[in-house]
Amino acid sequence: MNVLTPRELPELFAALAAPGARVLAGGTDLLVRLRADLRQGRKVPSSLVRLDGLEELCGVAREPDGALRLGAATTHAGLLAHPLVRVELPVLAAALADLGSPPIRNMGTLGGNLCTASPAGDTLPPLMVLGASVELASAAGVRRMALADFITGPGRTRLAPGEIVTAVLAPSAREFAVRHFEKVGRRSALAVAVVSLAALLRLDARGKAVEARLAWGSVGPTVWRCPEAEAALLGQRPTLTALKRAAAVVRARVQPIDDLRASAAYRSEVAGNLLLRLAAL
Amino acid sequence: MKLSFILNGATVRLDAEPDRRAVDLLREELGALDVKEGCGTGECGACSVLVDGVQKLSCLMLAAQLEGRTVVTAAGLGTAEKPHPVQRAFAEHGAVQCGFCTPGMAVAAAGLLAENPAPAREDIRRAVSGNLCRCTGYVKIIDAVEAAARELAARKGKTEDAR
Repeated sequence: MNVLTPRELPELFAALAAPGARVLAGGTDLLVRLRADLRQGRKVPSSLVRLDGLEELCGVAREPDGALRLGAATTHAGLLAHPLVRVELPVLAAALADLGSPPIRNMGTLGGNLCTASPAGDTLPPLMVLGASVELASAAGVRRMALADFITGPGRTRLAPGEIVTAVLAPSAREFAVRHFEKVGRRSALAVAVVSLAALLRLDARGKAVEARLAWGSVGPTVWRCPEAEAALLGQRPTLTALKRAAAVVRARVQPIDDLRASAAYRSEVAGNLLLRLAAL
Repeated sequence: MKLSFILNGATVRLDAEPDRRAVDLLREELGALDVKEGCGTGECGACSVLVDGVQKLSCLMLAAQLEGRTVVTAAGLGTAEKPHPVQRAFAEHGAVQCGFCTPGMAVAAAGLLAENPAPAREDIRRAVSGNLCRCTGYVKIIDAVEAAARELAARKGKTEDAR
């Protein structure tokens, strides 16, 4: 495989137009898969096109509408170290802090986590509750779409051939008094989530929820939302009683699968129980 | 491709396949046998090196990604005569048993101390959480990193007193 390092977007798009070219972001997932493909005699790309030579894909900036623009090739550690991410997107920062391990966070990128589109992708539930969208670019131009529309299944996205994710646009979560992310795994570091939950609650002056956004990871082919559980929390203070009611709704509706990490029954139980943690916040 | 980077303080220039794994290039072409390959999938940390001061996994990097970088392996942290505080502390505190994880651990610890010279025990635990050790149970390793931080602080104190 040839490895190309474009410095400008037009150069990148030209490189991606070549047959068998593939984007290489942080490599923490792709290189593991390519090595397995090589060993088993499967076809591998003819060239890998690096994103880390393009400065415009890295860093955090403020958009005119107040949202944060997170460069797709920014590493997880780079995002985690950024004060704007920590202050305005704490639910994302919490997920980034638990993602992989320190060296994985030093290498893996946000755009890579999205395009891998794993059911267990740690940044997906928080970005869903934040209402994030993605900016996509190709030689044909730039377009934006909601992250919820971008990811269509496990490992599947709406990325067109020759197109890359250039940025994630995430509105600030400052007006949400309750911001929470929790991942349950076999250990703290380097664990693929068994179940994860990202939650945002906006409370009125009396502490009652006027908006609830909940998103689970690892309980379905993509991030799972539960509008019925969100509705159950509206008009309620997030007390243990109210959360237990919503958790029962979650357990009745969630349809996870058995796999090598956990049983479906365990996942259902935990998917509900993770909500109870909001009572302590 | 023609490749040029700094390895443990010396400039190296060589011809390399751009998609050669960095761990293979370092071990097989450049003799850096202190860089260990454990899992080959980014989960054990044994192949850790510092790239521009940041801990990275050489099993998940390609040769092309080393171009123009500064790479430090465990052997580049110090010498037998002038060991890095981490190296000295690992030896003194029984942080080494079979030794296979040690180079990666030392690299992770040195990376932490460069960024945070006075880490809490929890910071150290987090910093080495990407490095597996199947012998020590980690306690001695964390003790050693704490001791190395103390030595660095004492050295810094001395340098400042001398001024």
